Amino acid sequence: MNSDQATHWRRTRNLMWVTLAIWFVFSFVVHWFADALNGASFLGFPFGFYMAAQGSLVVFVVLIFWFARTQDRIDRECGMAEDE
Amino acid sequence: MKMQGSFVDNLPRIYGLYTGGFIIFIGIMAVLEQMGVGADTIGILFVAFTVVIYAAIGWLSRTMQVDAYYVAGRSVPPVFNGMATAADWMSGASFVAMAGGIYMGGHAYLAFVVGWTGGYVLVASLMAPYLRKFGCYTVPDFIGTRYGGNLARFCAVLVLVVASFTYVTAQINATGTIASRALHIPFEIGVWFGLLGILLCSMLGGMRAVTWTQVAQYIVLIIAYLVPVIWMSNKQGFGVFPQLVYGDAVMRLGELETLHQVGVLKPAEAVPGLRALTVPHAAAGTTMLDSWRFITLTLCMMAGTASLPHILMRYFTTPSVKAARQSVAWSLLFIFLLYFTAPALATFTKLQVLDPNLATGIIGKSIAEVTALDWIRNWSEVGFLKVVDSNGDGILQINEFFMRGDIVVLATPEIAGLPYVISGLVAAGGMAAAMSTADGLLLAIANALSHDLYYKIIDPKAETKTRLVVARVLLIVIGAAGALVASLKLTSILGAVAWAFDFACSGLFFPLVLGVWWKRANRQGAIAGMLAGLIAGTWYLYMVRFAGMEPWIGIDHLRFGIIGMPVSLVAMVAVSLMTAAPDKETQDMVDATRIPKGASVLASSH
Repeated sequence: MNSDQATHWRRTRNLMWVTLAIWFVFSFVVHWFADALNGASFLGFPFGFYMAAQGSLVVFVVLIFWFARTQDRIDRECGMAEDE
Repeated sequence: MKMQGSFVDNLPRIYGLYTGGFIIFIGIMAVLEQMGVGADTIGILFVAFTVVIYAAIGWLSRTMQVDAYYVAGRSVPPVFNGMATAADWMSGASFVAMAGGIYMGGHAYLAFVVGWTGGYVLVASLMAPYLRKFGCYTVPDFIGTRYGGNLARFCAVLVLVVASFTYVTAQINATGTIASRALHIPFEIGVWFGLLGILLCSMLGGMRAVTWTQVAQYIVLIIAYLVPVIWMSNKQGFGVFPQLVYGDAVMRLGELETLHQVGVLKPAEAVPGLRALTVPHAAAGTTMLDSWRFITLTLCMMAGTASLPHILMRYFTTPSVKAARQSVAWSLLFIFLLYFTAPALATFTKLQVLDPNLATGIIGKSIAEVTALDWIRNWSEVGFLKVVDSNGDGILQINEFFMRGDIVVLATPEIAGLPYVISGLVAAGGMAAAMSTADGLLLAIANALSHDLYYKIIDPKAETKTRLVVARVLLIVIGAAGALVASLKLTSILGAVAWAFDFACSGLFFPLVLGVWWKRANRQGAIAGMLAGLIAGTWYLYMVRFAGMEPWIGIDHLRFGIIGMPVSLVAMVAVSLMTAAPDKETQDMVDATRIPKGASVLASSH
């Protein structure tokens, strides 16, 4: 494995951990406290309900588009992208 | 389809015309309804017309090439693969049952909504791009090549078949139910009719045919889901983007729940198969156990999403690794359109039923008045709904109104007094959802058996033609087996959709993830992980569901992946570390999998 490839894998791994950390917060942490969050209101919704019905979903969609773009940038900068 | 390139370039135009044609068809049906054509005829036309279109696409996409049959020639653009995946993903359960589940179960049920969307983060970051780079035809193909050996491949086939077959019987059951109701044929015949439609889409063209029918099915199902909700919301004065503004409706439900004493009044009697509303809509559980149950279900559904072969194999069809990643994002966006609408639909429908200020409200009205309503009569006749005056006061209370959650989506047009053409549209949408998922699942099973079991293990010298004939015969046999099981109506026992996710994550999640992310993982470890996870999960399911064991800390039969996954992980890591590390060749293969650049690990035709 050459050094470009090592750098690529290190950055890829870091991106994976960042992605999964965000995923973890919006999959589990937020919903663990749903009852407490319901005390607050967001766009007229009880906040805990909103996060489960819509908020987390929006985060997931944006997260994956962001992930795809960032990973592509890593691939190109490390010279590991596919030939177009 | 000789001009593959120009066909792909023309996709937006082709599907644009198709969508326009479908909207014109809806218009014609609306005109026919105005001219006095009966509701039954319109229902038949909707289901028959759409199924014939899918079958025609299946026929046009027929092929005798291996890579077209298994991976649609790896030429599906990310956006279209996203639509196909969304249809593949959203089953009869998502389309028909999800809003009903939220209606009946409130916040706790939203664990499915979160789980079935967040799983795609795992698909994108851990799985799809790497499996695409690998160049496999099926999921067991990856396991078999990465870990080496027929036993590993066979174990992967085993998990795949257990998970996917559990799932497919439920889908064939759903197509049968919709076909029988729309075409007025007995359920047992409806099942076989549904199977015929499913096979017409997949048999001749394999993955290529399924891809292009799934795109068509996505368009039908999303129109069918969104139109009634937007119509109803507009009628109630919430505007045309109901998903953004139903917060007020949620708050209003909270007031109505106090008024009608939801959760305080318990049903005086049990009606088999039906439930009265006893759970508040938005309030979350207050105990640690409630939170624990929410996140365990979410986790099982997410890990299952990332392990279900019929989803993963959709990303084998994209032209590149980069396209596979983008495609996961598009998939989730298209799925999101339905999933963030389902809670809005549940909320509006509940408001229609509960709010005494609305003309459609029934709780608090007199029993005689309610039982005279058309939709109450129609759905009572088929046993999906029941009104009982338990306390004999002549007024309908919340605990005297029983229904099946499933009817929320199907009955909403009637409850809200929308024209029948909308009900026909919803039936066509439900059919599209169930058919597309059944197609993906059947193909996943048949491909694993034909490619991995037959070609790779039993007869590696088989000719292309023989392989593709075997693949088609298996498709018919498995489809027939699924229809047979469905027609026996065992699905209420066998067919919990959640089980498929639990089976998949128990057996396949860690062998797939660690195959990419942990070079040290070896064959012995993977085999131990697949078998131990599957066996532990199945044992636990059997004990809590059939042997009467008390679930451990709230882990019921819907969440048995919580038992299977850790067992699988521990077994895989322990056995891998106790045995020799994989050889240099395998380690190089993993390195090649991790970068998009370069040739795929497996040859393009293998």
